[in-house]
Amino acid sequence: MIQDTAWTVSWVLIAAFAAVFAWIVLSAREKAAYEDVLPKAAKVRRAWFIALVALGVGVAGWTLPLLPYPQAKATVAGAQIIDATAKQWAWTLSATEAKVGTPVEFRVTSSDVNHGFALYSPDLKVLAQVQAMPGYVNRMTYTFAKPGTYKVLCLEYCGLIHHQMTAEIVVR
Amino acid sequence: MTVMTPTADALPADAPAGATKVHPLVTVYLGISALVFLLMMALGLVMRLAQAEILPLPPDLFYQVMTAHGVGLVGISGLSTSAIMWHFLSKHVKLFPVVLAVSLALFLVGVVLILGAIFVGGFGAAWTFLYPLPVMSGGAWSATTAIVYLLGLLLVGTGFLILFLEAGRGLIATYGGLGRSLGWPALFGSAEAPPAAVVASTMVVVINVLGITSGAAVIAISIINAFVPKFAIDPLLAKNMIFFFGHVFINSTIYMAVIAVYEILSAATGRPWKVNRIFLAAWTASTVLVLAVYPHHLLMDFVMPKWALVMAQILSYVSGLPVLVVTAFGALAIVHRSAIKWTAASALIFLAMFGWSAGVVPAVIDATIAANVVLHNTLWVPGHFHFYLLLGMAAMVFGFMYYVADGDGTPVPFIDRLAVLLFTVGGIGFVFSFLYAGKAGVPRRWAAHLPEWVPMDRIGSVLAAVVVIGVAVFVIRFLARVPKLLTGR
Repeated sequence: MIQDTAWTVSWVLIAAFAAVFAWIVLSAREKAAYEDVLPKAAKVRRAWFIALVALGVGVAGWTLPLLPYPQAKATVAGAQIIDATAKQWAWTLSATEAKVGTPVEFRVTSSDVNHGFALYSPDLKVLAQVQAMPGYVNRMTYTFAKPGTYKVLCLEYCGLIHHQMTAEIVVR
Repeated sequence: MTVMTPTADALPADAPAGATKVHPLVTVYLGISALVFLLMMALGLVMRLAQAEILPLPPDLFYQVMTAHGVGLVGISGLSTSAIMWHFLSKHVKLFPVVLAVSLALFLVGVVLILGAIFVGGFGAAWTFLYPLPVMSGGAWSATTAIVYLLGLLLVGTGFLILFLEAGRGLIATYGGLGRSLGWPALFGSAEAPPAAVVASTMVVVINVLGITSGAAVIAISIINAFVPKFAIDPLLAKNMIFFFGHVFINSTIYMAVIAVYEILSAATGRPWKVNRIFLAAWTASTVLVLAVYPHHLLMDFVMPKWALVMAQILSYVSGLPVLVVTAFGALAIVHRSAIKWTAASALIFLAMFGWSAGVVPAVIDATIAANVVLHNTLWVPGHFHFYLLLGMAAMVFGFMYYVADGDGTPVPFIDRLAVLLFTVGGIGFVFSFLYAGKAGVPRRWAAHLPEWVPMDRIGSVLAAVVVIGVAVFVIRFLARVPKLLTGR
């Protein structure tokens, strides 16, 4: 899952940063003329800049094709449509059942404040989300891969009972 | 080109041994900041303890505490780091201290209104006051309470705006224009570059005047809306304005605090921090990037123009470059083989550069749209911003406090060594507990957690407590020195 990749990449890179900072602390026990340090640092900086740009271009090229946004205004052919309306502090869903393998287009809005419509797997992993905003309908398409009871949690703070604003979708 | 020479301040004859000379108002700013930082961090600990089911806290009180924690830390971060900027900028630009006093007065009046709205009126719409939640509370608080909160915020913002306008006036009066004080004649020509503090302050003035104006406008609209509900604003426009303001303001605190990094590491190593073309280009780029990148807070608003969201991801990646390639790398280069004199101040400043640069990693991941779809508004978000705000910006502020109180401060007492260690170890563990919980899908801003999440909250609570203990030492040690700093005895 993307979350696992994000976690692994984060701690590995942060550990690498920590190692560099620790090495610099150890190196600072000795003294060298700054004029001798700077030319070498400039070379390393140039390589560091190029590496970061290459990394950024590569990651952007990999991830930007994975945009979750609707590609066109038309609904995916054969998709089930579920209207989801948020109101402090409950979800109103036009259907609470879906089929494995059939795309579901969630049309998400709010009748009061901002809310967040987040789909959670039966084992509580975030699968997808979109904001629920008054005056707008956000369209999000998701295809369930496994049967089970999925949860909808509110992920945009909406007031006093925000943490109890949940719903369920049964996928068969 | 010029270099910034080490500027360990000359001590006044009547100053306490080891102290750095600062304006009394800067000391007052820092004293208030120290106390509020500690109190607000304690509120953060209370929230974690409540989620961990260790401390019973009803949801209404949890969300009030959450609102106070957010607005309190954003506000005090602005106050403390503007004091840092004022201190170093006033070495190069004549500034009128009365503005510092007026700004503080507005801040304090605003804080009274905000605290009253939260703890008397029950306001709990989070510091982001996302329209129309402040006036649509579902019966939890009144519209009048929301108006009081928003007025308080408006007063605080006005105080900051006055302060930044005064800094801008001083920069223009001294350098002949903000382009000049940003170093453009040196960047694009052969003129002498302004000092680092001047360049950084110019960037902060530009972004904050625009950011605070946007925030003030949406607050004013929200207040009118509270009186006259028919006077409404498009919620998506309001969201853009709020996040533009919030993003710019909180980021500006890092850019103000980093001035202390330039000065303190330079003084501790005896090496000049070079203001060259790379440095100037980085600050000009950051000026534009901080203003343009805010839509990365709106990646899950699918009705936003797609180009704006794609650009937000790309600009977020680019934003990391000035931090990682120029400032963090500059800090590493200046310390490398320098025989640096480690003090509590220089250690915290060096830690801060780690916190800021390492925090870029989870932040950039969160700004990647494909990842944001599963990480947005989970605890991953406080994970990444606590990384560069707690271990970055706040560490710079505490480092500056030690610098003011102790100067070169060697030998470092055991209690300060211990406090730095607790802050470092507890802080890193604390932010990783957030990131891990975010990976697991735990939502942010939930008063009560599901049983599956409680063990993570308990670990996070212990680590938060360690951070608070470390910060308590920083604060007590600094506050104990404030009377001497103010009286010079």
